[in-house]
This record gives sequence, C-alpha cells and structure tokens, in this order.
Amino acid sequence: MKQGVWHRLDIVARSLSPLAITLLLIMVGMVPLQIPKIAPVIPSVALIAVYYWAVHRPNLMTVWAIFLVGLFQDLLSGGHLGVGIMALLMVHVVIDTQRRIFARSSFQALWVLFAIVAAAALYLMWLLNCLLQGVFLEVQPVLFQYLTTVAAYPCLAWLFAQAQKAFLK
Amino acid sequence: MNRRAGSVMRLATPVKAWTQRFALLFLAGVAVALMLLDKADSVVVERARSAVADAVAPILDAASRPVATFNEMVEQGGQLVSVAAENAELREQNERLRHWETVARRLEAENDALRSTLKLVPDPTLHYVTARVIADQGGAFVRSVLLNAGAREGVERGQAALTGDGLAGRVAEVGNGTSRVLLVTDMNSRIPILVGDAQDRAMLVGDNTAEPHLRYLEPRVEVKPGDRVMTSGHGGVFPPGLPVGRVTSVDEEGIRVRPFVDWGHMQYLRLVDFELPGILHSFDGSESPGNGR
Repeated sequence: MKQGVWHRLDIVARSLSPLAITLLLIMVGMVPLQIPKIAPVIPSVALIAVYYWAVHRPNLMTVWAIFLVGLFQDLLSGGHLGVGIMALLMVHVVIDTQRRIFARSSFQALWVLFAIVAAAALYLMWLLNCLLQGVFLEVQPVLFQYLTTVAAYPCLAWLFAQAQKAFLK
Repeated sequence: MNRRAGSVMRLATPVKAWTQRFALLFLAGVAVALMLLDKADSVVVERARSAVADAVAPILDAASRPVATFNEMVEQGGQLVSVAAENAELREQNERLRHWETVARRLEAENDALRSTLKLVPDPTLHYVTARVIADQGGAFVRSVLLNAGAREGVERGQAALTGDGLAGRVAEVGNGTSRVLLVTDMNSRIPILVGDAQDRAMLVGDNTAEPHLRYLEPRVEVKPGDRVMTSGHGGVFPPGLPVGRVTSVDEEGIRVRPFVDWGHMQYLRLVDFELPGILHSFDGSESPGNGR
C-alpha cells in the first residue's frame, strides 16, 4: 500500500517535470547576464518549451499548464498581463488542430514549423501590445527576439529531449 | 463487457474533446479579462506581480550571484592587462579632480552663504537604498529589472533608480523583499527633464528602443546633438539635476537621447528617497526603515 502511494507520487512528479522545467527555464532566462543589449533579445524560453512539449507530450502540457506558464511569465516579466498567455494558447491551438503534420515531422521539419509558429505567436504579442498600449510599437526589437528564439530552438529542444529521456522514458 | 467499454469510449472521446475545447475557450476568456484588468491599473494585478516576484526572488538571487561573480572575474582579468596605463591616467585625473575639489568647496561655502542671506528653503536630504539587480526581464515588449530590496528596506513607488553614471529608471512596483524598476527606455516611462544649457523643460518618453525620445518641448527651443539632459524635479518624486543622458540626434522624426547608464554593467542600483522628511511618513504614523541609510 505504501509503495503504491510512492509509486503514484513518482508518476505525478514525473508528469509534472515538463511544467517544472519550463518554469525554471523562464526564471533562468531572466538572470541578469551583464552582457550589453542582450536583455531585449533574449530568446522566449516559454515559447520554445510550450511548443516542444505540446508536440512531443501533449498530455503533459495541457491548456491549464500552458495558461499557468503564460501567467507566470507575464507576471514576472512585467509585461502586459494576458498577452503571453494568448500567444501560448495560440501555439497550443495550432499544434492541436494540425497534430498529424507535427506528429510525422522530423527534427528539421519541426524546427521550420517552429519558425512559422513563433512568427505567428510573436506577431500576435506585438499586435496585442500595440492595442493595449494604443501606439504603433517598434518592430525591430520583436524581430531580433524572433531570430534569437528560432536560433535557440535546437539547443533547448535537445535539452528537453534529454529531460524527456531521463524523467519520462 | 467489451461492448460496454466500447460504448463508454465512444461517449468519452467527444466529451473529452468538448471539455478540452471548453477549457481552451474559458482560459482564453480569462486571458482577455486579465488584459482588461491590467489595463485598468488594478491593485490586484500589482499585488500578484509583487507576490510572484517575492516568491521566486530567492531562486533569482541565488542564480544571479555566480553570473555576477564570473563577470567580475572576467572584468578583473581584463583590467590587469591595462593596469599601468590606467594608473598613469588616474594620477593625472586625480590632480585635475583635486583642483576641482577646491573649486567645489569654495563654491559650496559661497552657495551656503548666499542661501542663508536669501533665507532659501533647503532641499530635503536624500536617503539612498542600494539594491542588487536579480532579474533582467528580457523580451521585446518591456524594459524593467527586478531588485532584491522592497518595502522591508524602505523602497517606495516612484523613487528614482541610479547607477554611478546616471538615471536608470523609477520604481514601478514594490513587493515585500523585491521591487521592479521601469527603465527609462521602456515605452511606459515618462520623465520630466531639462535639456541643454538653457535648461528647457521637456519630457523623456521611452519607446523600447535604446534611445528614448524627447517630447513636449516648446516650439522655439533649439536642441542640438551633445546637449546634456537631466531630471527637472517637476512632479515631486525625483530630485532635480540627476544626469540622464545626452542628445544624439535631432531630425524630423524627433529628438533622441542616449542615456548615460551602461546597461551591460548594471549590477547595483541606488534608489533615491527624496520625500520631504516628516511630511509623508507622518500619515501612516510609521517611520520608513530605509531612512538613515
């Protein structure tokens, strides 16, 4: 009986690992690196994480978990609340409705698909920020962040794959 | 048995899909509600932000220390190379500054004498709280940093945040042990300033780029690249005369200012408490613990 409880706890802990890793990486992404001009173009970790887990283990990155990730990031980053959540939910919708394409894709194809999804997500964030702010925002910083995010995808995807092997088999 | 399980499955799949779709719509609705709540400058949102920042502050604090140490080591290594040349330069600078010190002392004495003959109301004394930057909130849409000092240390909303070079921003949110500083480059930053030798009033307006705009300048006023920009003190919370930056370009698009702050080396920020002593604190009947620092 006791073993059963531990076993169940173990399963819960393992299935929470994608969410925990994502939240941890969001925090790591905010550590001041003291490198000039890096803060504005730091890759969007949440976008990569939600994309990866929604493609590979959708049952562990549910809409509720995605909402939590977005809320955490929006609150901690000081940006407009809700904007990050909307972008991440959009990523979920795209992957969920086109699951057949994503399930069959190779790593390279997934990277290309990520570039498309990330462009849409950052465009949505830019649009919502413009609406909420009531002004036309500069596109350049968003463009730079988009490029770094797409560039960082393989690296983080490899990290997630290792985590997946270690915790989720 | 098998047939029954099959029918349950057949029923469960659409139900599951339906609940998932409902959850998605529900959460999207919540996100929109949060946007509106945030737009309305709700206190709840601010409390939530501070609570999250306070909760993760220990992790951020621990994580930012090794990075800071590593950077310091790299920097020190680099400095070792140029130590002799730098020493000579500093000696020369020291001589020059000694001269300026005597000038400043003489002017200070003269100033005091003139003030006392004019019976000028003295400026309130400044109190400083120094805090470490524990999170540099990246992203394309916001320019702010998180500090490891909050209400406990006497930090208050609206206080000016300085580095050795000049004004970095102002305190936008205060938690118990953390506070968020909105940098002058953020699109929500508005700082009343004076520009040039003529000290014309204007507003420094951030737009998320490295060089904020000068706005609301009177039409006749002439501004040229190289003009110094400093805080005007209008609006109360900021002390007047804090260095902000230098005008870099003047064209049809507007006037741009490059802040003096070195964003790459912003490890500590000094928060300036410029409240008139004894007036604001007497309302809540408590002395701010940050006083006397």
